[in-house]
Amino acid sequence: MTQSSFITPAQQAESDAKLAAAKAQTDADARRRRLQLLSPSVLLIGIFGLFPLTITLIYSFLSPGSYGGVTWEFSTNAYVQFLFEADIFDDTLSFSTTYLSIFSRSIGLALVATVGALIIGFPTAYFIASKRPEQRNFWLFLITLPFWTNLLIRTYAILLIIRDEGIINLGLMGVGITDKPIGILYTDFAVFMGLIYSYLPFMVLPLYASLEKLDFRLVEAAYDLYASRFQVLRHIIIPMAKPGIVAGCILVFIPGLGAYITPELLGGGKDLMIGNLIALQFGGSRNWPFGSAAALILMVVVMLSLIVYVRHAGKGGASHG
Amino acid sequence: MAQNGVSQGADTHKNMILAEGVVKTFGQGEHMVTALDNVSVTIRQNEFFTLLGPSGCGKTTLLRLIAGFDLPDRGNILLDGQEIGHLPPYKRPVNTVFQNYALFPHMSVARNIGFGLEMQGRPAKEISEATDRMLALVQMEHLADRQTDQLSGGQQQRVALARALAPHPKVLLLDEPLSALDLKLRKEMQIELKRLQHETGITFVFVTHDQEEALTMSDRIAVMSAGDILQVGPPKEIYNNPARRFVADFIGDINILEADLTSGDTQATLPGGARINAILPNSWAPTGRVNVAIRPEDMALTQPGADNAALHGTVQNIVYFGSGHNVHVALDSGLDIIVRCAGTSHEVGALVGITLPDAVQVLVD
Repeated sequence: MTQSSFITPAQQAESDAKLAAAKAQTDADARRRRLQLLSPSVLLIGIFGLFPLTITLIYSFLSPGSYGGVTWEFSTNAYVQFLFEADIFDDTLSFSTTYLSIFSRSIGLALVATVGALIIGFPTAYFIASKRPEQRNFWLFLITLPFWTNLLIRTYAILLIIRDEGIINLGLMGVGITDKPIGILYTDFAVFMGLIYSYLPFMVLPLYASLEKLDFRLVEAAYDLYASRFQVLRHIIIPMAKPGIVAGCILVFIPGLGAYITPELLGGGKDLMIGNLIALQFGGSRNWPFGSAAALILMVVVMLSLIVYVRHAGKGGASHG
Repeated sequence: MAQNGVSQGADTHKNMILAEGVVKTFGQGEHMVTALDNVSVTIRQNEFFTLLGPSGCGKTTLLRLIAGFDLPDRGNILLDGQEIGHLPPYKRPVNTVFQNYALFPHMSVARNIGFGLEMQGRPAKEISEATDRMLALVQMEHLADRQTDQLSGGQQQRVALARALAPHPKVLLLDEPLSALDLKLRKEMQIELKRLQHETGITFVFVTHDQEEALTMSDRIAVMSAGDILQVGPPKEIYNNPARRFVADFIGDINILEADLTSGDTQATLPGGARINAILPNSWAPTGRVNVAIRPEDMALTQPGADNAALHGTVQNIVYFGSGHNVHVALDSGLDIIVRCAGTSHEVGALVGITLPDAVQVLVD
């Protein structure tokens, strides 16, 4: 540049500083603009997520009102009640597993339903991903078809099918396999089936999303290197589908754990799941602080298990390459 | 490699792969495409065999049939005397280097290389020894623990080679493995591949559309077109004596001239009246109008009217390509031909004479 010889070092430094300042200003502007993109969701989560959560947290440390609601009196009773039972006569506390067992039952059912959905969903997702691209949308459409009808209606429909006078039992008795109805409705099995049915699409869709990206040439390469079908599944397809498996399991397990409609209708409210327990506290039992505490404990359990799960899944992925 | 001495000393004319009457079609009805139309070929033990042809000629299909990714509609494929046409890929002692390398992205370099042996259920000690040996063979020891997505194209290429060689297959299949590399690296890898083939004593079947690559590396070349093998032979034979017009056209620059051949005559008559010895393809004795092939470098420019000038024409264009010039000459008979010379004193528009080689190849259409 010919002009550069007319600029003194001091002038150069000054213009450099100006440039840097201007650049910092533009960077800050760009950051602010990007943050603005987030503002609608921040607003929404703030008003309808964090605010109610705060109310729940506050309620869990208050005392129950006689006809529902709360009285503004600090108390940790709700949390104590979760683990201990107060004696009716002298108020001494003894350890109780009533609510713990409801939690563990719920976690167990949600886990079994998640594994069940994975076992059913994986071949389904693989089938769709292996179709030609123009055919995949049709199959994906079929997967999302149940969402066109309300979950409550669909669960009632299941109820009608599996009840003692439903077509399954009538059919079994009609062909003479049994002479009296086999009890399916109001069992854990009915809840398990209902959960799998309700949340299967949430398993299939993320699985499909990761299997669709799977480079089939890798499968060929593994076959070429003496891997049998099972070895290809274990060493290539499953590791490559891991993000989808993790996402699908989370999407089935969490709503499954807090499910309300399915255990209420298909489980008959005999053995409670967490969702029903919480609903009961705000309804019949009129113990809002305990309901709030149970909801928060559920949230913490879910968060902790998620952290453990994602850490473990991530580590597994890394050590296997 | 331990097997080195043995396999180098083995009978080099033993057949490793024998394909007989192989037919493969894709699609159905109107959309049916015949990828391989009754193809037979013999690939010998310990040779570097190249399937050469334009895209869509069926060369990759033949490779996939040997690997087992597709099954033939008809015909037999024998490997080392054993029928393998119906076996799944994991039961064939054949490994493939894929065009895009197909390295497992969730595994380290070392585990990629050991994968074949791992799947065969070999002991861990044997796997790690073989992996180390392969890493050394392709000069990648320092990158054993890397993830494959941290490697350059050339490095990925080496890992893919090591991975396919580690189980010591009877045949290594290579599906255009160099096509993604830049020119300089490709040249290096050509020499590298040749070295690996020599050191391991494994039969290499190499697929390419690059005729120069094929000529550089191969022991024998099969030139393919439209699902058929047109000619099989060593590079020199394919280059100097192309039997078919397609082969002549596809390999290198060539001038194809019409000539007249009378029955029982060993010489052909070129347009303009020049007579020249004719080399006939095996067991074929055409008469009348035939095509003959002359390489640009087998001709030379001379003064018009010189004793040795068999053809005459006008210089149309001179194209410089580094190591020489291609001189485009319009013959008096109306045909355009190319003559290659190191340097040229002729100018565009000049009248020139052209000398011919001792003999020309007669082509089957």
